[in-house]
Parts: sequence; structure tokens; C-alpha cells
Amino acid sequence: MVTLQHYLFLSAILFVLGAVGVMFRRNLIVILMSLELMLNAVNLTFIAFSRYLGSIEGQIFVLFVMVVAAAEVAVGLAVAVAVFRQKGTVDVNEINLMKW
Amino acid sequence: MIPIPEVNLGGILPALVLCLAGLVVMMLGLFIRRGAVATAAVVSIAGVLIAAAANTPLRMMDKQAFAGLINLDAYTWFFNLLILISAGLTVLTSVRYLTDDGLDMYEYFVLLLFASAGMMFMVSANHLLIVFVGLETLSIAIYVLVGILPSSKKSKEAALKYLLLGAFSSAVFLYGAALLYGSAGSLGFPELAKYFKAGQISRMAYVGMGMVLVGFAFKVAAVPFHMWTPDVYEGAPAPLTGFMSVGVKAAAFAAFVRVFFQSMLPAQMNWIEIIWLLAALTMVLGNLAAIVQDNIKRMLAYSSIAHAGYLLIGMVAGKEAGPAGMLYYLLAYTFTNLGAFGVVALVGRKGEANVMIDDYRGLAKTNPFLALAMSIFLFSLAGIPPTAGFVGKFTIFSAAINAGYIWLVVIGVLTSAASVFYYFRVVMKMYMEVPETQPAELQFSPAMLLALGIALVGVLYIGVFPTNYLNLAALSVKPLF
Amino acid sequence: MINSYLPVLVILLVSAFIGLAIIVLSTVLARRNPTPVKLMPYECGMDPIGGARRRFSVRFFVMGMLFIVFDIELIFLFPWTTVYDKLHFFGFVEMLVFVLILLVGLVYVWKKGALEWE
Repeated sequence: MVTLQHYLFLSAILFVLGAVGVMFRRNLIVILMSLELMLNAVNLTFIAFSRYLGSIEGQIFVLFVMVVAAAEVAVGLAVAVAVFRQKGTVDVNEINLMKW
Repeated sequence: MIPIPEVNLGGILPALVLCLAGLVVMMLGLFIRRGAVATAAVVSIAGVLIAAAANTPLRMMDKQAFAGLINLDAYTWFFNLLILISAGLTVLTSVRYLTDDGLDMYEYFVLLLFASAGMMFMVSANHLLIVFVGLETLSIAIYVLVGILPSSKKSKEAALKYLLLGAFSSAVFLYGAALLYGSAGSLGFPELAKYFKAGQISRMAYVGMGMVLVGFAFKVAAVPFHMWTPDVYEGAPAPLTGFMSVGVKAAAFAAFVRVFFQSMLPAQMNWIEIIWLLAALTMVLGNLAAIVQDNIKRMLAYSSIAHAGYLLIGMVAGKEAGPAGMLYYLLAYTFTNLGAFGVVALVGRKGEANVMIDDYRGLAKTNPFLALAMSIFLFSLAGIPPTAGFVGKFTIFSAAINAGYIWLVVIGVLTSAASVFYYFRVVMKMYMEVPETQPAELQFSPAMLLALGIALVGVLYIGVFPTNYLNLAALSVKPLF
Repeated sequence: MINSYLPVLVILLVSAFIGLAIIVLSTVLARRNPTPVKLMPYECGMDPIGGARRRFSVRFFVMGMLFIVFDIELIFLFPWTTVYDKLHFFGFVEMLVFVLILLVGLVYVWKKGALEWE
């Protein structure tokens, strides 16, 4: 039997993987992908709860999260392209005009 | 037949007006050949004024709309007004900046209007979904605005850092929301409040609450979630930095307070100590780091972090007095910081070439009015009477003392004494020193003068006659309790 | 409890056996007659031009971004279609407003020349 716990564990693992990716990867595109992974882990949690609780609210939340994630990634890619044009790299370690 | 939910377009009219103004500017800019920036500014100001007019009925309301998703009450009214003030002043301070640098970017105003509309949804939310949608409408517009300077590498870098950390914090916030949803079964504030009141709070709900708190702490730039602030404030265009430090911060605090007071008050014992710690860390680190800065934008960024700390004291103090103090403080801070960043934009000149503190040497000789205005803004930031900043700090500190948080107030008073040092450093440079080379003449525009005048009058008037505004703030937090 | 997993184990074994058998049999029995045309990478039936590891033009990113944004907005149409006949005129007008706002975005993108390839 696959229970709610399984889904929650899976999404927690995915979320942590995404967070680790954001923190330790240096390629901008990979970081954006990791962010997407985090958001999708959230979506999985919402869907699992929605199914478990028999309430539709979680699914509606997921629709909005997906749209927002797409908009965020579009802006992220735009900024990545702009940065690449100026500096010729998408390595976040080399994007350091200002101290972090 | 699905019953159509109650549609109260009148209640969200201010936000709708801003959205519409944004769309109009977007289309106008495409078809106007010359002077697109000026036209965009005029339409934006008109939009802000109409929205302010549409906002007035909210003051008397106290109800929900859209199937309980939106709160229409005095709290919404107050923050809508605050957002409109900061959006209006930002438009005024930005015009010169955009025409000066030859940026023909009317999109700046479009994004500013959309961001303000997002903030309005955020402050009026009665459901975490609306908080999230408002937050992201605001954030995505601001990410683009931060990186809008085409030739500036710093601007692009700031946009990138803000985007990555902002998206990360949104994800954390969302995960927290998901866990709360799993525990309470709904994310509407009344349902959450019912869940927390019932007393059987699961561990999952605590984790969710903590993650939502971290998400908000990122947005209001509380230590240790402040890393992005100095870089982003330094890289963004100066007028926009002003907007971020007041408008975005006010909206984030408004939603923060609303979520935690309206839906999680019964669990107060669990979050109040975390916020206590955040407040203490934020005040200490923000003020200490500000002392060593040479760049005025970075200094004001750290000062803005420190002010987030003072505002958090209001949250710790709780009851009605704490949040009421925060509202007054935010109003005072709006005028003060927008004025200060207006001066920074003005003195920075073309391409923000002069943003070091040393560039303010001898400003009192060349531009006495500007130096005086900057001094008053800095006094207000430091909390020296008779400015609004003093009354704000005083109200928040006394609310905290009444609630019994003596040590927090001690930290607050000590750190604000330390803050006087770095604010006065700028004042000293302006009045006591002479520049090595004669800088180019400053170019005043009528819009900038108007903005600085409004900010100055605001800071002094609210500071000298605070009673009305304190009452207003107290009235506006009533719907939360 | 553990018994109920037995069929799964059986299926795993059977499918592993079938998969292996197919691979082994085809390597043992098949005749091999490679020609240059057969060894070419498959690109939708066209002759491949250049290596696959070339950099993409930055214009692809612009197109990609626009595509993502406009494509994902469709998501709001799906729940709407499922209850379309129950929402009557109200729902229709609501969606019309939504699509109109998207249209403003499209006009903006178009006029700005983001859809031009050259």
C-alpha cells in the first residue's frame, strides 16, 4: 500500500535535493532547475494532502504554483541571458562584482 | 449550477485601477514615439490618485469578499494608502532618473504599478493562496525592475541574486503552507485560526509555521535571512531601492502580521520567541554592519535591515499596541526613506557615479536645501525628535515595555544610539568637509522637488502632530483582533 | 503481508528473463551488415548537419521564455472548461477578461519585435 506518508517522504526528499542543488551548484541553469524541483516537491505535497483530505483547495493551489513557477523561470532565464551577454559566463562564483 | 461567489469589484478597485493603468501605459508606450517616459509617468500618477480615491470607502468596511478570500477592512485601507504613497513618490523620483540616463523605459512604470497591485492583494489576503499570488506578482515585477539598467553589470547581478534568493524563499514559504494545509485542512485564515485554537497542533503544523515564518523573514530582510539585501539595494536603481525598502517591506510586514495575528495567535507562545531572537539579531547586525560601509546605498541597505528589527519588536510586543506602533512606524519610514533615496538618486547623478559617502562632502555649501532635507531624513532614521522616526521608535518601544519585553527594548535603544554614529557621519560630511574636486551642478526636476517636498513635509508633520496618525494606526489594527 | 508481494517478485523475475532473452537472442541470431547510412544519428529522417553539441542561438531562449509564459497560462483554461456549462455567461466573461489581458501581452511582445527571428 502506498500511503500518504510515502508521498510526504518522497516530496520531502525532493525538496531537500532541490534546496541542496540551489545551495551548492554553481551553474545558473542548474540552480534554476533545482528551484523548479523544490516547487514541484511542494506541488506533490499539496496534491497528496488534497487527495488525503478530499478537499480540492490543494489542487487549486498547485495550479497557481505552476503558473508562478513558469513566470519565475522565464524571468530567471531572461536574467541569465542578460548576465551571460555581459560576462560570458553563467557560473555564479564568477558573478561577484559585489560581495555577497 | 455552481453558485457564483460574491464578486465585490468595488472592494478591490484600487488594485484593479493600478492594473488597468499598467496595461494602459504598456499600450501607450508602444504607440507613442517621443516622450514615452513622461507620458507613462503622468498616467501612472493619475492611476495612483484614482486608486487612492477608490480606496477611501475601505476605511469604513469590515467584511470579506470573493468567498472569504479577501479582507476589506481598515487594515487593508491603511496599507493600500501606504503602498499608493510609496508608489506615487517613487514615480516622481524616477522620472528624472529614467530620462537622465537616456533610458526610454516606460516599462519601469508598468512594472511598478503591477508590483503595487500585487502588494495590495497581499495586504488584503484572507487566505494563504492570495498572500502567495500577491507576493509573487510583486516579486517577479521587482526582479525585472532591479535588473532594468541595461548597461550596468551591478544591476544585472543584483537582479540575479534577488531572483535566486527570492525564489528560494518562496519555495520554503510554499512548503510551509503545504504542511499547514495538511494539518488544518484549509489555508483560509479563519480555518487556520480555528485549527490553532482547538489546541491539538501537530508537529507538522509547527514545522509549517516555522517555514512560513522563514519565508516572511526573507522578504522583510531579517537577520539571518538578510544576505541578499545589501547587494540588491546597491545594484538596483536608487529610486527603486527606495521603493523596495518601504513599499515591499511594508507589504511583507502587513501580510506577516496578518497571517500570524489573524490565524496563529493561539500558538503565539511558539513563534514569539523566534521573532524575539530575529528582532535582536537584526537590530544588532544591521546597525553594526552599517557603520563600516562607504557606499551610501549599502549603508542605507543595512539601516533598512536594522529598521526591520525595530519593526519586529512591534510584532513581539503584540496586543493591539505593538502592531499599531508598527503601522505608524511604517508610515513614518515610508516618507523618510523615500526622501533619503530621492536625495541619493539626485546626488548620484548620471549613471549613479556618485554613491559613496565621500561624495556628500560639502553638499551644504553647494545645495543648502538638499543638505538640510537629507539631514532631516537622516535624523528621522536615527530617531531624533521632532521627526516622525522618533515618535515611531518611541511608540514601538513603549508598547514592548508595557508587554514586558524590557531586554529587547534595551537592545533596541542601545543599537539606535549606535546608529546615530553612522547617520551623523553623512551629516558631518555634508556640513564640515569640502570636496576635493568640484562636482558637476545638480539637475533638479520639478517632479523630484515635489517628491522631496512631500517627503519632508510628511516626516515633519507626522512627527510634530502624531496624535491623529497614532489613532489612525490604532484604528486600523482593530480588524485583526 | 509479505505474501502479497509474491506476485510482484514473480513478475519481476519473468520480465527480467524475457528482457534478457530478447537481447541475448538478437545478438546471437541477428545478421549484422552496417553501412554508413545505417550508422548515422537519427534526426527526424533528415541528414544530420554538424555535431549535436553546438551552442544554441540566444534567440531560442527568447522564444523559449515567451513560449513558457503563454503556454502555462493555458492551465487556467482547463478547470474552467470542466465547469463551463455551469458557470454560464459569468464564467465566459471572466475568461474573456483573462484572455484579453494575455492579448495585451501578446501585442506588446509583437510590437517590441521579440517574435522576429532576424
